[in-house]
Amino acid sequence: MSGQKGKIRRALTAAFPHTIPILAGFLVLGMSYGVYARTSGFSFWVPMTMAVAIFGGSLEFVAVSMLLAPFAPVQTFLAALMIQARHLFYGISMLERYKGMGWKKLYLIYALCDETFSINYAVRAPEGVDEGWFMFFVSLLDQSYWLAGTALGAALGGVIPFSTEGLDFAMTALFVVIFLDQWQKESRHWTALIGLGSALACLTAFGPDDFLIPTMVCILALLTLLRGPIERGLDGQ
Amino acid sequence: MTLTQRIVTIALCALATLITRFLPFLVFSPQRPTPKYIQYLGKALPAAIFGMLVIYCLKNVSLFTGSHGLPELLAIAATAAIHLWKRQMLLSVAGGTVFYMILVQWVF
Repeated sequence: MSGQKGKIRRALTAAFPHTIPILAGFLVLGMSYGVYARTSGFSFWVPMTMAVAIFGGSLEFVAVSMLLAPFAPVQTFLAALMIQARHLFYGISMLERYKGMGWKKLYLIYALCDETFSINYAVRAPEGVDEGWFMFFVSLLDQSYWLAGTALGAALGGVIPFSTEGLDFAMTALFVVIFLDQWQKESRHWTALIGLGSALACLTAFGPDDFLIPTMVCILALLTLLRGPIERGLDGQ
Repeated sequence: MTLTQRIVTIALCALATLITRFLPFLVFSPQRPTPKYIQYLGKALPAAIFGMLVIYCLKNVSLFTGSHGLPELLAIAATAAIHLWKRQMLLSVAGGTVFYMILVQWVF
C-alpha cells in the first residue's frame, strides 16, 4: 500500500468509531426530516437538495415550513441567520485547529455542524494518524449519515418497521459526555457554568424557539466581563 | 410558491448558513495574528457551548406536563454515571440512549 493511501485509510479507520453516536442520531433525525418533508407534500429531491446545500438540521426543518408559506426572501434570510448564528462560535473555536489544512479546510468549514464541531474539537487524532484527514473524515461521515437518514425517510415516507422512539437521545448523550469531559479538564468551571446558566435562564425567559440568540449574547457578555479571572484560570491549567 | 421562489428560498438558507460558518475564518486570516481577545474566546467558548448544546437538546422537555422531564433526567444521570465509571464515550452514549429508549417506550 502506498504511503498516501495508507495515511487516508488510517484516518478513516480512526475517525469512524468516534462518529457512531452521530450515526445513530443522524439516521433517526434525518429520517424524521425526510418523512416530514414528504408528508408536507415535497418530492424526494427537495429534502435531499437541502441536506446538501444547507446541511444544518434545525434550519432544514424550518425551511420546510418556509417553503409552505408565502415567499418572503428577507424574512427567510434573517431567520436563517438567527438559527445558524451559533456556528460563529464554532468557527472562532476552530480557527487554530483548522489552520493549514489546505483544500480540506473549505470542506471542513462548510460541513461544520454542531455534532462535527463537537467531535473535531473534543477528540484528537490518535498517534500516527494525520489530523487533517481525521477531521475531514469525521465531517464527511457525519454528513453522509445525515444524507442517508434523509434519503431513507424521504424514500419510505413514514413506514419505519420498528420503534425508534428515543433513539435520537444519542445526540443529547453525546453532548452530555463531551460536556463532562470538558468539565473535568478545567480546574475552575466558570465557562461551563456560564454556558449552562445562560442557556437555562434564556430558555426560561424567551421560550424554546427564541432562546439561542439571547443565550449567545449572555455568554459573550459574561466571558468578556469576566475575562481577567477566566483567562488566569485557563492559563493555570 | 413558484419553482424559482422555492430555489431562491433554499439558496438564501444555504447562503446564511455558509456566512455563519465561514465568517470567522474570513475575518481572521491565518496570515495575520488573531487578536488576543478572539484567541481568548476560542479557548473559553467551547465549554460554554457544550453547556448550551445540552440545554438546546432538552429545550422541548416540559417539566410541568407529561413525564415532567423525568426520563431525560434519569437518562442523563445514567449517561454521566457510565461515563465517569468507564470513560468510554461510545459506551456512555449507547448505554444512556438504550436506557432512555426503555424508559420512554415501556416505563413512561
